[in-house]
Amino acid sequence: METLGRGWLIAVRVPGIVLFASSVGYGALCRDTGLDLGLTLFINAVFFALPAQVVVVDQIARGAALTGAAFAVALTAIRLLPMTVSLLPLLRHEDRLPRLGFLATHFVAISVWLDGIMRLPLLPTALRLPYFIGTGLGMMSATLCGSATGFIVAKSVPPIIAAVLLFMPPSFFLLSLIGTARIRADWLAIGLGAILGPVFYTLAPGVDLLLTGVIGGTIAFAVSRMRR
Amino acid sequence: MTATLPEGVAGYLLITAIALVAHESWRWAGALLGRRVRETDAAFVWVRYVSAALVAGLTMRLVLFPAGVLGEIDSHVRVISLAMAAIVYVLARNNLGLGILSGSVTMLVLAYAAKLPF
Repeated sequence: METLGRGWLIAVRVPGIVLFASSVGYGALCRDTGLDLGLTLFINAVFFALPAQVVVVDQIARGAALTGAAFAVALTAIRLLPMTVSLLPLLRHEDRLPRLGFLATHFVAISVWLDGIMRLPLLPTALRLPYFIGTGLGMMSATLCGSATGFIVAKSVPPIIAAVLLFMPPSFFLLSLIGTARIRADWLAIGLGAILGPVFYTLAPGVDLLLTGVIGGTIAFAVSRMRR
Repeated sequence: MTATLPEGVAGYLLITAIALVAHESWRWAGALLGRRVRETDAAFVWVRYVSAALVAGLTMRLVLFPAGVLGEIDSHVRVISLAMAAIVYVLARNNLGLGILSGSVTMLVLAYAAKLPF
């Protein structure tokens, strides 16, 4: 219980504050789109991953069909699979994964995952799951407060401030990517994605994220293999 | 409300359906695979590169083709601010708070400067 509380404190450390600010941008975007506050917070809670939240709201804003939105969301969520796969071994205790660990995967999102990958190995295995759930709940609180704040202030702040808030999620994604990059092929994947993304968005909107991910990722993968 | 999302409970149910089928399922699949896949497997490495490229693509899409009021900021200002966030982040040894702050301040300053009558 104490460990869970200690994890929760992430909400007031830098990752929590950044996520709060990014969520303010998401909340403002929702207000811009015409969603109500309830749906804004609901989307926040059920997805709990900023890229998916932004994509689903963005697609609604552009009047895209929801099947298209679901497809785009699925593409942003692919990254959750390797993230979950790499996190699970850290949550094992006495070589078994506690049943709660399965539900705890809902908290797998860039920032919680980053913190987990860095801090969990330093904790005794018995304390890891409570700590992880604590950070998950802490980040959930931070995002919900941020989304509500963004929703409420969106119409009352100058447009430039609102624009800066909308600018926070993409900045956060880029910096998180840079933070997790370890080897040259990681940088290649990020660079290719950054170049191919806008190109495919212009050429083939709708499947642009899929093409960007698969083509950029495969080239980076091939290069990393060739170097061996 | 909006063009494509139904009003009331139906909207919530639809969002829940999209979340469970398109989004949460990846976490569940990760949990199931996590028992077998090793972090060094080729498939695991490939998926990691795909997700990195995809999030990078999404980032640039949000910055170059933004929805809402962000679109009213000049595209050069958006790109310079993003670059500033990245540069400060790396120089400050991966300090997230400082990186995001620098990008935001850069955008504020440049956007205000662009409005001044010269």
